[in-house]
Amino acid sequence: MSTATGPSSADYPRPHAHVHLGVFFQGVNHTTIWSDPASGSQIDFETFREVAQTAERGLFDAFFLGEGLRLREQNGLLHDLDVVGRPDAITQLSALAAVTRRIGLVATQNVTYNDPADLARRLASLDVLSGGRGAWNIVTTDNSWTGANFRRGGWLDHELRYVRAAEFVEAAQALWDAFDDEGAPVEVRYAGRTVELVATPTVPRSAQGHPVLFQAGDSPAGRDFAASHAEVIFSAHGTDHADALAFAHDVRRRTVAAGRPEDDVKILPGTQIILGATPDEAREKARWVKEQQVTPATALSLIGQVWGEDLSHLDPDGPLPEHDPVVKAIGETRGTPRPGRDAVAVARAWRERATEQGFSIRELVLDQERQRGFVGTPSSVADELAHWVRSGASDGFNLTPWVVPGGLDDVVDRLVPELQERGAYRTEYTGTTLREHLGLRAPVPHRRTLVTADA
Amino acid sequence: MSALHLAVELDGRGAHPGAHLVDTPPLTRTAWSDTAGSDDVGPERLRRAVAAAQDAGVTFVTFDDSLTPAPAGPALRVDAVTRAAFVAPVTSRIGLVPLVHPGVTEPFHVASQLASLDHASRGRAGWLVGSGDVPGARAALDRPVAAGDDLRDETADVARTLAALWDSWEDDAVVRDTATGRFVDRERLHKVDVTSGGSGATASPATRDVPDGVRAPFSVVGPLIVPRGPQGRPVVVARAGVLPGTAVDVALVGPGADDDARLTAASLAGDSWVARVAAQARADGAPLVVLDLAVVLDTADAGAPARAAELDAATAPLPGSAWASAARWSGSASGLVELLLTLRGVVDGVRVLPAVQDVDLAVLVRDVLPALRVARAVPTPRPGATLRDTLGLARPANQFARGA
Ligand SMILES: Cc1cc2nc3c(=O)[nH]c(=O)nc-3n(C[C@H](O)[C@H](O)[C@H](O)COP(=O)(O)O)c2cc1C
Repeated sequence: MSTATGPSSADYPRPHAHVHLGVFFQGVNHTTIWSDPASGSQIDFETFREVAQTAERGLFDAFFLGEGLRLREQNGLLHDLDVVGRPDAITQLSALAAVTRRIGLVATQNVTYNDPADLARRLASLDVLSGGRGAWNIVTTDNSWTGANFRRGGWLDHELRYVRAAEFVEAAQALWDAFDDEGAPVEVRYAGRTVELVATPTVPRSAQGHPVLFQAGDSPAGRDFAASHAEVIFSAHGTDHADALAFAHDVRRRTVAAGRPEDDVKILPGTQIILGATPDEAREKARWVKEQQVTPATALSLIGQVWGEDLSHLDPDGPLPEHDPVVKAIGETRGTPRPGRDAVAVARAWRERATEQGFSIRELVLDQERQRGFVGTPSSVADELAHWVRSGASDGFNLTPWVVPGGLDDVVDRLVPELQERGAYRTEYTGTTLREHLGLRAPVPHRRTLVTADA
Repeated sequence: MSALHLAVELDGRGAHPGAHLVDTPPLTRTAWSDTAGSDDVGPERLRRAVAAAQDAGVTFVTFDDSLTPAPAGPALRVDAVTRAAFVAPVTSRIGLVPLVHPGVTEPFHVASQLASLDHASRGRAGWLVGSGDVPGARAALDRPVAAGDDLRDETADVARTLAALWDSWEDDAVVRDTATGRFVDRERLHKVDVTSGGSGATASPATRDVPDGVRAPFSVVGPLIVPRGPQGRPVVVARAGVLPGTAVDVALVGPGADDDARLTAASLAGDSWVARVAAQARADGAPLVVLDLAVVLDTADAGAPARAAELDAATAPLPGSAWASAARWSGSASGLVELLLTLRGVVDGVRVLPAVQDVDLAVLVRDVLPALRVARAVPTPRPGATLRDTLGLARPANQFARGA
């Protein structure tokens, strides 16, 4: 974590930059502590309403919903330790549109297992009914395990996932624009390698022209896709400032190479914020949160992932298994912390560390779980966040509360005023659309320069 | 005398395909048409029209839809599930029943969307099962879309798949057991492993050469990503004959080819076609039978016959459309009240297709429903009741639950 005592504000490349905040409602992992008495239902609409309205009270840019199209499994069994089960994103966000007025509504939606004509229409519908607050977080999960729930099973070659994403987005944009001067729909024809369609749209353009396009995916192909097609990146670089700055530089370089102004793609890293009245209190709370997140059962599950077998019968307060993992690479179980890594090497390093420190299984796992995000007083965290955006490491943050619905309250009530005092946060919504909140330009296909760059 | 459920179709400017082409007489402008102005698809018209229906005591509203522009009717339209979801948190008693076409939308997505609507509305979701060909669907979706008898078979397979997915979480699957650290009991979550009928390859770019109308098989593993909703399963509403009767909660009926679609209170005396089709739908297994009734009402500006003629001249309803397949009634509000009172005991409800929303829905909520309430002919949905509760339908048992 970086300190805020960096350069004085005049030295910053972006001395007047504002922090943009989003809230990511409940990922499917052990971030969300469901065992806390303050933890509400994960499916009742009221929980979602409360989080979205709290975020709107805090003048957030956006409320996000993730997506997972198959329930996670580990070693062939449904994963049962974390929060699981959630609503369809566009349906839920449309309902939230009726009980919020300004906040952006971002739906994570997959391109492999959706039809462009259908998804473009549903996204446009959300955008129209919300008065121009809709957005799409484009994800590319393409494995056939997920595909087993869909008409086109695992039809797409992994190497083509971003070809599909680009073609899908282009077809969607063409549908969003297919209206003549009188506003009558006209037919769209699109033919690519993975998308081929002829369709006429029915949903008119919204107040913001197109839904805002977010992207989440970190591979080089994913970054290039974002640089050419996305408007915001939901990144995984939300803890270490140097790492975030390097990521931002890389994205800006790719954005310019794609023929766009370097500030055309905003970056909102996913992160977590833990606040305390004093630095000690914040650290103490962070330790407590981590212990709640890594329950004894979760610790056993995480080592079971590395060893590739069910180890739930072990004693979490006892030693790590003495045998080597039964698998070579750590499984592609959804939500795995270190997918694809050499299982035996990881297991041996873990055993070494445990022996050295005298750690039990749970102690070792707690030791390995790095502290994500920001821990401190409202004042110190506000300094850090302002430092991040002024130095160009990000444009803001996408926060995952560790408990819902109340987990956002102290951010809104204590951190936001500190940011406002520093001139690093809005004091009211100045626009009505998400595009305006984020300071985005017109949708990419509406800009002449880019059309010629593409030609 | 049993009660009669009133349902209303609420798409666009009205259920007559010419509704968007005729001027609304200024005298009949309503709260929702005034603020919405010319915006047929915006949020305000939708919110106000549904609120008006709810205030009048309507049991459920349906939202017609089509992936592609309808051959006749409005060119612009917002996705029906999205519309239903939008009004869910701002209503409390009325059922919300969007049309989703089983040949068009992915079964897994349909199940997730409707289950989510059921949660967001606290148990007021239904599924109006789309039927018939969707012109242009194949080209829009880049895969063959079943047609004719194949579509009927596929519709049954999709309904079976949705029922299984809606049951794939038992009601008590979320256990939050802090002692063992388990959020869910995985024994109460179930794979569905459904495989549809059909022939040939599953959909993919390789099926581009397969002729349209061919039914590509599909399979779904499950479980659903959404926990079971308050109603267990959303209420399934389908035109009689579209699904096996046992897969339906509410069968929508209308006249056969040889029946006189125009209804009067007198025509219902004795052995009417309405009694015949209702008996048939019940014999097929439908728990509730609802008559589709296309309605044109007298207004202060114009009589119903003149209005109907103007609408038909604007766009003749296509054979097979909801408007063309419904029973007909045109005339005064009091005449409609009399007709509806006569339909009590013959059918369980009537779905009114108001020709022009600004005009006919306005008369319906101002004059017709209050008169039916005074006559105690319609139930009054209670706030917080599920649609199943209001309709008197049992919550379905879970096909996967132990002991089931
Ligand atoms: C911060 C972040 C959040 C993500 N959220 C989701 C999600 O909710 N649903 C999903 O299917 N994929 C999600 N992904 C997966 C990616 O979007 C992407 O599709 C996948 O990682 C493959 O792309 P890649 O090879 O470029 O990483 C997320 C990725 C990141 C970095």
